[in-house]
This record gives sequence, C-alpha cells and structure tokens, in this order.
Amino acid sequence: MYTEQVMDHFQNPRNMGEVENADGVGEVGNPQCGDVMRITIKVDADERIEDVKFKTLGCGAAIATSSMVTEMAKGKTLEEAQEISKKAVADALGGLPPQKMHCSNLASDGLKKAIEDYRSRQESK
Amino acid sequence: MDKAIFLDNAATTRTDPEVVGVMSEWLGDNFGSPATLYTFGSQAKQAIEQARQHLADLIGADQKDIYFTSGATESNNWAIKGVAEALEEKGKHIITNQAEHHSILMPCRHLEKRGWDVTYLPVDGDGLVNPEDVAGAIREDTVLVTMVHANHEIGTIQPIEEIGAITREKGVYLHVNAAQSVGHIPVDVAALSCDLLSLSGHKFYGPKGVGALYIKRGVRIVPLLLGGGQEKKRRAGTHNVPGIVGLGKAAELARKNLGPEMERLTALRDYMIGLIEKNMDDIRLNGHRTRRLPNNINVSIEGIEGESIMLSLSYPTAANARPVFVSTGSACVSGTLEPSHILLALGLPAELAHGSVRMTMSRHDTREDADYALNILFEVAERLRAMSPVYKRGSKKCASGSSGEGCDCEAAS
Repeated sequence: MYTEQVMDHFQNPRNMGEVENADGVGEVGNPQCGDVMRITIKVDADERIEDVKFKTLGCGAAIATSSMVTEMAKGKTLEEAQEISKKAVADALGGLPPQKMHCSNLASDGLKKAIEDYRSRQESK
Repeated sequence: MDKAIFLDNAATTRTDPEVVGVMSEWLGDNFGSPATLYTFGSQAKQAIEQARQHLADLIGADQKDIYFTSGATESNNWAIKGVAEALEEKGKHIITNQAEHHSILMPCRHLEKRGWDVTYLPVDGDGLVNPEDVAGAIREDTVLVTMVHANHEIGTIQPIEEIGAITREKGVYLHVNAAQSVGHIPVDVAALSCDLLSLSGHKFYGPKGVGALYIKRGVRIVPLLLGGGQEKKRRAGTHNVPGIVGLGKAAELARKNLGPEMERLTALRDYMIGLIEKNMDDIRLNGHRTRRLPNNINVSIEGIEGESIMLSLSYPTAANARPVFVSTGSACVSGTLEPSHILLALGLPAELAHGSVRMTMSRHDTREDADYALNILFEVAERLRAMSPVYKRGSKKCASGSSGEGCDCEAAS
C-alpha cells in the first residue's frame, strides 16, 4: 500500500530528533487521533533553515512525511519553506494512499507552525 | 511465507495440506452438483453429507441442523435478519453487545433503521458481558440475543452457558457467533444452550469462503438467499462442493487436535505474555487474562501507534530476515478515522487503542518463533518510542484505563 520511498523514509528516517536550542517549535496533531508531530528548526542570519528535526508519533505515512518535510526544508529560506504543501510532500514520496492524505500528512503544517513560532519570537524580541 | 512468522491467525489461517488435498479432488473432473440425481451428482451429495457430519460432530449438533453458507458473515447476517423477519409479529427487539464484530453490528444497525430496537450491552474492562445485564435487558418483545463466543480482537470468551440458561428460561432465541472459537476451544451447542451458531472454515485451517449456520430444529427463521431448493430450501445456491468438503476435513482434523493444541497454545500464549510484561514498560494486556482464546495476545503499547509497529515488524531487515505479521486496532488501518470500537468499549482512551497490537498464533508456531517475533517487537517498540514526541517512560497511562476524549480529526485537517 505504501511506495518504496515511503517505506525508505519510514525505515530510515532523516533528521529524527530535536534541534538543540531551537529557534522555532511546531507541534501538530493529537494523540487521540494517533498522530502527533513536533518539528524543531534552527534559523540562520539570512532566515534560512539551517537545521530541522522531527519527532513523530503516528503511522508509517506520518513518520515518512515528517522525515521528507525535513529533507525538503533544510537549506530553504523561511519564505520557501512555508510554501511546501501537503501535496508536494506526498508527491516527493511517490504518492500516499488517499485516506492518509487527510490525517497523517501533517508534517508541512508542523513546519509552518515552527516558522510562525520563530517569527513570533522575533517580534517579541 | 516459509520464513515469515504469521501471527495474524484470527484474520485467517493457513489451509491445512490435508484440506487442500481433499478439496482438489472436487475441483477437477469431479465437478458434479449434489443437487442432481444422476450418479455423478450423488457422489458430490455424499461428500457434502459426510462434511456435514464432521462439522456436526465438532460442535455436538445433529447433522440435520447444519446449513452451509459462504462464511461467518453470511451466517451472522442470516441469523439476525432471518430471525427478525420470522418473528416480526412477536416483537422487534434484539440484544447484543458493544464489542461485537461488524458482521453482527451492521445487520443490527440495518434493522434499527427499519423499525427494530437494538440494545447494545456494555462490556467490562476485560470485555466480558454480565449475564445479569442480559437478563435485565430482555423484554416482552425481545426476539433474539446475539452474543459472540470469543472476541476476534481481544480473545475474551463470553459466559455463553450462563447467558444461554437465561435465554432458554425466558424463551428467547440465542445466536452465538463462534467464528473464532470453533476448532480452537470446545464448542458444544447443547452446553451453550444456543439456538443458532455461526462458524467459518478459514479460521480453523479450512478454506475461505465457506462456513455454516447451526439452526436448532424448530427455530423460526426465514432464508437470506432465495432461489433453488438447496439446504432444505433454507439457503439457495449451488453448493460450494470443494469448499464444503474442505470445511468438513478441517472440522475432522480440529476435533482430533483440539485438546493437545489448546494446551500447547495456552502455554505458548502465557509464555509470550510473560516475556512481554517482563521486557516492556507501559503496556496493557487487553482482554481477560485467563478467559481468553489460547492463541490470542492483544497489548497496547503506550506512546506509539499500531500501524507503524505492524509495518516495521512486517519489513525484513539485514538483522531480522524473517518478517512478522501482526494486526492492530489503530484507526490507521481501519479505513475510518476511528480506532477499534472493541478497545474503546473496554474503556481504553483512543491513544491506547491506536497503540494496540494483536498477535494470534497458529498450530505452526513454536517457542522459537515466539522468541524471534518478540525480540523484534521489543526492538521496534524501542525505536518508535525514541521517535515519539509524547512518550514519557512510566507515565502510567496504561494503568488508568479510563475513557479519554474522542479524536477530533476534522479539526486537525
């Protein structure tokens, strides 16, 4: 039911863990639904994502999309990273089963939340 | 499949080679239909009558009371809809429980939409129905009580004998879905005091797509399938001769192996539960510890989600060459957004239902297989917990068992 790319990211997740002294943190999902993602980012002086890591509770698709979104976001400017859509993440994984598009593809939302968190921290500085 | 460790035998079992052998005799030149009168057909007739006898012997029934169907789903639908329609004049109330299989719940809901009243009794934290609740729910207009014998997900065995004594006394039909128990534990229709009983071939090393409904003589029920005069005009359709012959063989073998297999699997089950409880923190055994099927283990593993466990186990790696197949009550595999209704009925919070793993063993599994599978399970759980943003060791969520809030997935979309 999953593509090879999904299984690869699921079995060998990239950037798993937490960025130390993160500049932004985004958490989405709900344990009641079975999916929780926590994205932490480190942003450099040019507002580029210098480092990004994830921790995810969830199904194969939830873990694979988390891993993929960190790969896609790394090195991008915040503007660019914000544009990463659910569809782009799914496409990069060679597609997801339809029922997984809805509940398990939250990684890009998590990234957006982490970026928002970074921005609100900047504003309050 | 030779290397794989298949621990999903509540879903389906490997067809016994002897069963395959007898079935193949009826797949080639021997294609006669038992309904025809010439010799060619009468041989098939003899073969299915022999199968009927084997099945009757397995469940302590009169062979005249066995009706072949396409499996437990059809048998359950037939029992519920057939009795409801036959007794419509008497009353329109049915009693079941909240932790039933969908092939019981769906026909009940179907009838509810058409004017019947259905009582869904609660189960306790182990999945047991209280017989007193059944007695209390029976009304003037109750026509049927339908109760599973052994739950397919958590393995809990219901006190059917006690429930049967109550339904007998009150003069209400009792239907028992015995799909998971037949061939695995003793099932005797007289001891259970049931009027109807469903079973399925592929759950006890027989073929898929064939099963039976036991209907005690005198029970009023209308057919589900109308057409030809097969099965004493109660179940139309040309007989699935290879399937029925295979089912008969599986019944014969089950009867022969039942005692020793039960003992061996119970020991294996308890050995595995012991290992799990020794090696893992923050887990919960779902279902009754002793009143459970000999081959069923169901545990919730806190902080991780069932599909990811299932997927990891099924994926061979360099270090773990043998894939392990299990199932889960997580919403991620249910096709809906809801986790297992059975685990929720036990009072589990949704997150523990999502994190459930069911392992159901077969007559082929050894202690060596169990050790291998569990070692991988421990590794996988450790790996996934390290990835989990919510898991904190020793949080004792598993101990609480109280019902949590529901999932509000729509809001998360």
